[in-house]
This record gives sequence, structure tokens and C-alpha cells, in this order.
Amino acid sequence: MAAFLITAFIKIFIVFNLILLTAAYLTWLERKLIARLQVRLGPNRVGPFGLLQPIADAIKLFCKEDILPARANRFVYTLAPMVSLIPAVVAFAVIPFGDSVQVLGYKVDLVITDVNIGVLYVLAITSLGVYGLVLAGWASNSKYALLGALRASAQMISYELSLGLSVIGVLILAGSLSLVDIVRAQERVWFILLQPLGFLIFLTCGVAETNRAPFDLPEAETELVAGFHVEYSSMKFAMFFMAEYVNMVTVSAMAATLFLGGWHGPLLPPVAWFMLKVFAFLFLFIWMRATLPRLRYDQLMRFGWKVLLPLALLNILVTGLVVGLQA
Amino acid sequence: MTITLSHYLVLAAALFVIGLVGVFIRRNAITILMCIELMLNAVNLTFIAFASHMNAVDGLIFVFFVITVAAAEVAVGLAIVIALFRNRDTVNLDELNLMRW
Amino acid sequence: MFTAFVFYLFAAVALAGALFVVLQRNPVYSALALILTLFAVSGLFFLLNTPFIGILQILVYAGAIMVLYLFVIMLLNLSREESILRAHRLQRVVGTLLGGLLLVVVAAVAIRQAGPGAPGSVPGAAPGTAEAVGRALFSDFLFPFEMASILLLAAIVGAIVMAKEDLR
Repeated sequence: MAAFLITAFIKIFIVFNLILLTAAYLTWLERKLIARLQVRLGPNRVGPFGLLQPIADAIKLFCKEDILPARANRFVYTLAPMVSLIPAVVAFAVIPFGDSVQVLGYKVDLVITDVNIGVLYVLAITSLGVYGLVLAGWASNSKYALLGALRASAQMISYELSLGLSVIGVLILAGSLSLVDIVRAQERVWFILLQPLGFLIFLTCGVAETNRAPFDLPEAETELVAGFHVEYSSMKFAMFFMAEYVNMVTVSAMAATLFLGGWHGPLLPPVAWFMLKVFAFLFLFIWMRATLPRLRYDQLMRFGWKVLLPLALLNILVTGLVVGLQA
Repeated sequence: MTITLSHYLVLAAALFVIGLVGVFIRRNAITILMCIELMLNAVNLTFIAFASHMNAVDGLIFVFFVITVAAAEVAVGLAIVIALFRNRDTVNLDELNLMRW
Repeated sequence: MFTAFVFYLFAAVALAGALFVVLQRNPVYSALALILTLFAVSGLFFLLNTPFIGILQILVYAGAIMVLYLFVIMLLNLSREESILRAHRLQRVVGTLLGGLLLVVVAAVAIRQAGPGAPGSVPGAAPGTAEAVGRALFSDFLFPFEMASILLLAAIVGAIVMAKEDLR
């Protein structure tokens, strides 16, 4: 019991710090990559290659004045950023980083906890993130924020559906809801080869769920100023910012786990393969933002309900038929 | 001190009654819908407590269906609330005393 | 001991949230309190060894249904304070009394008749896994399952017809 608790705490500590660090440096990576894609240099003043830029940003955000808008709802206004950030981080509890390893004679699984309903857990926890956006928009007492919040809730409910359905093909093939079992089932063939359609749907919905371009309507800066977090400043704003990047890492990690075989790969150690796959997805996220224009709101809803949802159902049908006929 | 089935049943009863009283004393249509959710949840808790007590899966199936019905009820209920609000500009049930307008 | 502590914690949160739902004038606060209650009840499901239903509760209730509530409250801008005193005084008193009476009766029956056995006291397979629910759902309960999907379809159509502005 004691050994279990100690290893759990150590794992939580490492993973938590790793995620926050990744999120912080993801901002650097994004600025650097977007700059390169737009033939600019990007941050290059603070430290070598601008590597200290995230730290400078963090200090700046800490020192800024924390503004509470007039007639805003103080309690909900303060609650919203936390509600946004916490589910994003907590979702990592079930994502496996690597196979179990021997440390000082103990067998340690490189996952905080392997539950037998891991996929459902991640879906449930990530679906809570929308509350942060909705409450922020409502509590700010501002039209732009409210419009952003309404868009966010409609968008996230719509795309969550296809996101959940796109995973079912993988679940049928793996025969388990545990993420560790799903990775083990991809020992020989990665599920991206068996589920290409499911993978594409998952990726599209994942981008929409994290409110990233081209689905960044809740914060569309050119029409809604900044959407749900217009009124936020200082650390509260930073928490929304962190939440967005942590969510990107979550979706990338889930995509790598469900479709790209998690830690499996030749030569390199398992953890390195996992990190590599996650960063490949993060690169894709940033690349998409630099390349694709934002959708219009009606296009977004039509695409979600009339294209992605039927495709996801078709994917389940075909997968079920094939697996059923083989059995 | 062990937690028995009775503990769960009493808790579920209390939740149910709170929801019921809410339906009695509130006039806001949305709040009343939420109170109905509360009552459905109390019933779910009872089902699960019994299912766990008897080690039977049937109770879980019932809860599964209750959640399905709750989702359907919310979709229709909220659509009705929106339609009412469009026509009458209020969601206070005491003011909604005509079937047609 | 640990179980008892967790049970009372969740029970207290659930009851406090439920009371808040009923007594709060602002529908947004009511919705937030209801979310809290749903989480506490979900925690109780985990305590009762049925994690699948517990996670389903969070996924469906907290993740979708309550978002819909908040969406409608914001869309209609219903967050202004509604006076709880607007209900008839008699209605409030009688409602609360009848509710209290029901609680006493049900609680008495629950305590007298349910007996001392602890939930989940029967040793053997845990009933609450996704696998067990799935097997039962697609064998013994297949017909109700199909009926539920028809119900959902009817609800979708009904909701669209009801909420659409210009049907003609």
C-alpha cells in the first residue's frame, strides 16, 4: 500500500510538471514554427534561440494587474479558468507513456493508473473543459464573451459526439476500454492502418475540441475580439492559455495512443517513441493553424453534423461487419 | 461503522424529496427540469445500491435506460422552454396558463 | 472506515448541492450546484463498485446534459434573479410538508426493511464492469435497447420541431 502510494505520488509529480513544462514550451514552439512558416524569425531575443521566452512571458503574466470587469460575477469569473485547466491536466492520469519497467527491483508501469474504462474516463474528463469556456463567457458580462461561450458550447457538444464515435472502431479492434490494453493490441499493426477513417475523424474532432484553427470560432480574434476570454487578464488569462495547450497535448497523446501504437516502435526506447509521436501531432496542430483559414460558423456546424457524424457511424458499421465476419 | 444498504436508500430518498419539493415550490421552468434530474438521479442511486447489494447487473441496465430517457427528456423539455420563451417571453409556469395563444 | 468517510463526504456534498439547486434563485447557480450533486452521486457509484455507470454519469449528465441547460439559460438570458416568494405561500408550505412526510415514510421503510447487509457484500464477480453491462444489454435487454434508440430518435425530431422558429 505504502509503496503504491509513493510510486503514485512520484508519477503524478513527474507527469504534472512535464505537462506544464511541455505546455509552456509549446507556446515557444508554436511562435517559432509559425514564424518560420511565415518567413519570419520568431522570438530570438530572450536567451539562445529565444528559449527563455516562455519564462519571460510567465513573469509578465504574473505581474500584470488582475482586472475584474464591472458587474461581472466575481465567483464564477474566478472559478472559470480553474474549471478550464483542471480537467485538461487530470485527463493524463490514464494515458500510458511506456511499457512497465524495472526500477530498483520494483515493477513500475509508466502510467499513473491503468483503469479498465480509460477511454471513457478521458472522454468524460475532457468533456468537462467546456464548462470553463461557458462560465467565463457568461460571468464576464460582455457580449463578445457571451457569443464566444455560446459558440463554444454548441461546437464542443457537436464535435464530442463524432469524437466518441470515431474511437469505437478502435475499441472494437482492441476489445478493451483500457488504454494500456489498446496499446498492447497494437504490438504488430498500428490502428491507423486498420482505421484510417476513424483516425481522420478523431483528428478533426480533436482540433475542434481544443478550439484550435481552423475551428477556433469561440475565440475568433477577428470577429469576437478574443471570444470567451476577452475580459480576462493576468494569471486567469494564463490559465486559459495553459488549458488550451494542455488540451492540445492531451489530444495528441490520445491520438498517439489510440491510433499510432503508443509506445511501440523499433530501436528507440518506448518513452522516446511516445514523445516523438506526440510531438509529431503537436507539429501538425501548429502547421494547420498556419495553413488553414477559419471556417464560418454555419459551415462548422454543417460539417460536424452532416459529414463527420455519418462518416463516424459508417466507420463503426464497416468495422463491426469486418470483425464480425472474421470471427 | 459500516455503510449499509439503508444508508444509500435514505440518502437517495432525501435527494428525491429535495427534488420533489423543488418541483412543488419553484416556478421557473428550467429549475423545475433540473429538480426532475435530481429525482431521476436519486432513483439511479437506489437502483445502483440494490444492484451492488444483490450483485446483479439488472439494476445497472435500468440506470442505463434512465440516463437515456433523461437525455431525451432534456432535449424535448428545453426545446419546449425555448418555444415558450419565444411566444410568451417568460418561463414562469404560473404565467403560462393558456394552452394556446 | 475509509468507505464510511468517503460515503459521508459524497453524501454531504450531494445533499448540499441538491438543496442549493432548489433554494438558489439564479438558474446558473442552480445548474452549477446540480453539477456538483451529479459528481457526488457519480462518486457514490464508484464507491458501490460500478465505475462504468459512474463514468457514464459524468459523460452524459455533466458532460452533455448540463452543458445544454447552461446553453439554454444563457441563450434566453434567464440569469436574472427570480423571486422564490412568487410561488404561493400555501403551495410552499404544503409542498415542503408533504415532501418531509414522504421522506420520513421512505426512510423508515428503508431502515426497517433493507436489513443490515452492506452493499457489495456478496463476494464474487464485480457487476459494474463495462463488459457485464454490455453483455446484458445486447442479449437479455436487446429489445428495450432498440426501443431506447427509437425514443432518442423521436426526441431529436421533437426537439427540432419544437425549437425551430419558422417551420412553415
